[in-house]
Amino acid sequence: MSADLHPIRTAAEQALSSAIDATLAAAPASGPIADLRRAAAKTFTENGLPTRRVEEWHYTDLRALMREALPIAGAPDAAAVAEAGKGVVAFPEAVRIVFVNGTLVESLSDLASLPAGLTVTSLEAALASGDPLLERIGSLSPKSYDGALALNTAFLRAGLLIKVAAGATVEKPLHVAHVFTGAAAATYARNVIVVEDGAKATLIESFAGVEGVAYQANDAMEMVVGAGATLEHVRLQEEGAKALHLGTLMLDLGKEATFNSFTLTAGAATSRVSLYGKLTGEGAHLGIRGANLLKARQHGDMTLVIEHIEPGCDSRELIKSVLADEARGVFQGKIVVRPEAQKTDGRMMSQALLLGDNAEMDNKPELEIFADDVQCGHGATAGAMDENLMFYMMARGIAKAEAEALLIQAFVGEAVEFVTNEAVRETLIARMEAWLKARAA
Amino acid sequence: MLEIKDLHARIGDREILKGFSLTINPGEVHAIMGPNGAGKSTLSSVLAGKEDYEVTGGSVTFLGKDLLAMDAAERACSGIFLAFQYPVEIPGVSNMTFLRTALNSVRKYRGLEELSTPDFLRLMKEKAAKLGMSQDMLRRGVNVGFSGGEKKRNDILQMSVLEPSFCILDETDSGLDIDALRIVSEGVNSLRSPERSMLVITHYQRLLDYIVPDVIHVMHQGKIVRTGGKELALELESTGYAAYGQDAA
Amino acid sequence: MAAVQETVERVRSVDVDQYKYGFTTDIESEKAPKGLNEDIIRFISAKKNEPEWMLEWRLDAYKRWLTMTEPTWARVNYPQVDFQDLYYYAAPKQKEGPKSIDDIDPEILKTYEKLGIPLRERDILLGIQSKDEEQAKAVEENIDAVGYTGTKVAVDAVFDSVSVATTFKEELGKAGVIFCSISEAMREHPDLVRQYLGSVVPVTDNFYATLNSAVFSDGSFVYIPKGVRCPMELSTYFRINEKNTGQFERTLIIADEGSYVSYLEGCTAPQRDENQLHAAVVELVAMKDAEIKYSTVQNWYPGDAEGKGGIYNFVTKRGDCRGENSKISWTQVETGSAVTWKYPSCILRGDNSRGEFYSIAISNGYQQVDSGTKMIHLGKNTTSRIISKGIAAGRSDNTYRGQVSAHKKAAGARNFTCCDSLLIGNKCGAHTVPYIESKNASAVFEHEATTSKISDDQLFYCMQRGLSEEEAVALIVNGFVRDVLQQLPMEFAVEAQKLISVSLEGSVG
Repeated sequence: MSADLHPIRTAAEQALSSAIDATLAAAPASGPIADLRRAAAKTFTENGLPTRRVEEWHYTDLRALMREALPIAGAPDAAAVAEAGKGVVAFPEAVRIVFVNGTLVESLSDLASLPAGLTVTSLEAALASGDPLLERIGSLSPKSYDGALALNTAFLRAGLLIKVAAGATVEKPLHVAHVFTGAAAATYARNVIVVEDGAKATLIESFAGVEGVAYQANDAMEMVVGAGATLEHVRLQEEGAKALHLGTLMLDLGKEATFNSFTLTAGAATSRVSLYGKLTGEGAHLGIRGANLLKARQHGDMTLVIEHIEPGCDSRELIKSVLADEARGVFQGKIVVRPEAQKTDGRMMSQALLLGDNAEMDNKPELEIFADDVQCGHGATAGAMDENLMFYMMARGIAKAEAEALLIQAFVGEAVEFVTNEAVRETLIARMEAWLKARAA
Repeated sequence: MLEIKDLHARIGDREILKGFSLTINPGEVHAIMGPNGAGKSTLSSVLAGKEDYEVTGGSVTFLGKDLLAMDAAERACSGIFLAFQYPVEIPGVSNMTFLRTALNSVRKYRGLEELSTPDFLRLMKEKAAKLGMSQDMLRRGVNVGFSGGEKKRNDILQMSVLEPSFCILDETDSGLDIDALRIVSEGVNSLRSPERSMLVITHYQRLLDYIVPDVIHVMHQGKIVRTGGKELALELESTGYAAYGQDAA
Repeated sequence: MAAVQETVERVRSVDVDQYKYGFTTDIESEKAPKGLNEDIIRFISAKKNEPEWMLEWRLDAYKRWLTMTEPTWARVNYPQVDFQDLYYYAAPKQKEGPKSIDDIDPEILKTYEKLGIPLRERDILLGIQSKDEEQAKAVEENIDAVGYTGTKVAVDAVFDSVSVATTFKEELGKAGVIFCSISEAMREHPDLVRQYLGSVVPVTDNFYATLNSAVFSDGSFVYIPKGVRCPMELSTYFRINEKNTGQFERTLIIADEGSYVSYLEGCTAPQRDENQLHAAVVELVAMKDAEIKYSTVQNWYPGDAEGKGGIYNFVTKRGDCRGENSKISWTQVETGSAVTWKYPSCILRGDNSRGEFYSIAISNGYQQVDSGTKMIHLGKNTTSRIISKGIAAGRSDNTYRGQVSAHKKAAGARNFTCCDSLLIGNKCGAHTVPYIESKNASAVFEHEATTSKISDDQLFYCMQRGLSEEEAVALIVNGFVRDVLQQLPMEFAVEAQKLISVSLEGSVG
């Protein structure tokens, strides 16, 4: 990567570097986490924010998009907590943990009433006690430089360590909500979830915040799913319309384990979610689905790198993008099949519906295959609403706006139907309907 | 009920309807026959309001209103129903959802209240049974995985639920075997009433054995060139469209 | 020369010689001194009696090239090329330019005969009949093409740096078609060359294209006048013979309004231990209602079984659909070269214009292929189609890299892309890297890609019916690439089909 080395140039990058130095000075001088932070700070200083010349960020030039380095958000006051509490989407049955402006708020959280088999420790407490789960942090980082992750690691300060005990089936979904309120600031959250062998759990992450404030939210999470374990994952991104949202998910999927994820991206001015997934056990099942509902000048980027390392695994990716006005959707997905990963079955599809004349979709589905006995495929489509379908519906008396809404719901529905928990699925569908209504209004 | 006067329409640079005129009174069933390329399907699309076609002249009055000023949905709500030659598939939108949305749109337009869920289900059950359609078919996506005959049957089901005052059957017989043709025709015939008019578009005489029209028109090069009674169909059956520059089909 | 002979002998003795075009031709040649500087460029330009503006153009390109760096984004690895260790000009020695076919060194004529390309027109005419029979048989056996009849093909033969012969010039001249070497075109048709050269691939387009602009020595020039359907297929046959010589040819084809031309290109080189550089530029211009069909069978020496030697094939090919309703179609069969870096592209500028890319890329041994296309939709209702079939065997890497983009104004643009890869063995890699960028809501893009292996069931079925494993693989691969083979002119298709079988030898078992 030395060829891509460039000196730090923008004011934002300089300010970020200084801020990192300041927080590092205040942090413990040694220990694994401190070393990790220092290493991340170093790579950030060397590489800066990614530009379109960095292949993985080809369509999201973070250096151009992130013009300002914001101060890190302070702990919220009581008024902010009360305000934020109203902004959390309710998922029926779920146990809830709420972060306001990057700080864990116990009064809004169900930490005291967690179901059996589920342990949730705050990062702060874990650092104090030397929790073994801390070792997971930084253990799944991608080989290539990821600017968003480097920032998250360098600023590492708050988050959760979640453990689902071996063999436990936790029926109630765990909902981790991130809410932002108040003046523009930056938040950093770092979580770890370990689903031990044979365990089952559902994790929901939601992101929301004030409209009209250009805050920056950066979260990252290591996810380890043990042998025969199942993790259902949902990510609901409804940040305020001016926000910058950066998310990094890193996954290690063990033998015959299942990871099933759905991401709804509807908020933020600029959002980018990177998912680095490794299938490290034989016979694992990976399913990643997502829907982007974007309007105005929103920019939503979903980038996946899926590595099949062991044989006999399958992976399915399906991303649906609905782009109104001047919105821009980006999907980059790479399936890598290592030489040992024979009998891999990988399917990836990205479909975009361009509603606005000035909407844009950029697709880059990649295959990188080194094993011969595999079945892999990808597809990508982009186009406007099918006029024939519209005509058919209108010829039956359904008004244009309604016909369009129905077709959009059907289009997105093909991805959301993979959410197995019915109550969660219904909540997501309701959020999508709300988006459609807001757009029509 | 419907009055078409000197209608001209084109798609791209090609003029297809070149002065088409036709008047249909309540309760009448008219058939339009003609060789391929006569403009039959264009006529049905223009009447239903497909945007690909540009109307360049003439007028269409439907129940006293200017039909051409309405969009496709408004035309459907005011009572125009087109049974498609090739009904499309709409994955992800179930037949039930689709029909319920359509019916409520039509009812709203006619100043009626929306139908409650139990009432709607009862209605569907009754109508579907008449056409021999299973509950499973109703739950599937619109026309998804349906055979040609099932798609046409689904169209007739929609017709019976939406209760239009004017039905256009565009080559409804294409792709149907004799049994399917009989079921579909029975469905159509059961909807004939003194208040409802129909326009049956077909290339072959066969369909008219089942749906017997009051008047038959021959269309050629974008307009009606001949009008007669039922016997006209039989005549065409024996002579073909040779007189119109095409061999008997 | 002795060293070269020895090399060939040695390569043969290790019995990896599947490359039947690996012989060398012993002729005296004239070379420019090794290395690259302004004097070399002046030397090349002077050798060709070029007009002053052409020399300036070259020198300008050279200055720009000095500021550029080699691209690194492709998925290929090779030791850095020492651009000062190459000969940039080599030509068979003779007093003057050949006036007739009889002035050409008989050794060169023999070379082309060995390659199956007779340059004497009477030989060609004689050959058609016997070839007809041979091909009719091949057609029967392999490809269900209808209506093949013996056709005349005009050939421009390029030997190292210069064009040695162009056949059927007179007959083409009658139709108003200009088909000659680009050196000759510069002298005889300077206005056309000046107007179009560099208008599709700008001088500074990329590192290799800029190098080519500075040092290109020869290539073919075609101009089809308004409304003319070129009466025969045109072809250029490229042969690298000299050691340590880079070949930098430049092809320019202009199809004026309402014209049509089908152009074929074939390439071979001797087996040599060291890597040789081939950095060509091809520019196509299709005016209103014109159509250009460009077919390539690229069979440069791929290197030996250990990955030693072989051609670096760094080629820039681009077509400009400049006028309304114009069409450019690229078909390529890539079996040769150690490293391939090549993206024949279409700029769809004219409304309703159409671009096509059909490709078969086969890699075996240690070959590395990074090839694909770009379809840039600028005009309204432009359409493009991409069919790419990659086959990786041995220890090779085979990458499809493509870009499809619709500009904001490209209303109604449509693209269909299908990239299929087949892996034979588990030491090779097959990769697909498409960039699909739609900036217009009414553009419809469809892309699909698959990677799979030859199914054991298919293989078993064939073998149970008596085919050897290699034959079975060749048969199945031929089926896999069929869609693309059908795009080739018949005689090329038959040749390509044989080549595919040869290229895959040693890939199983």
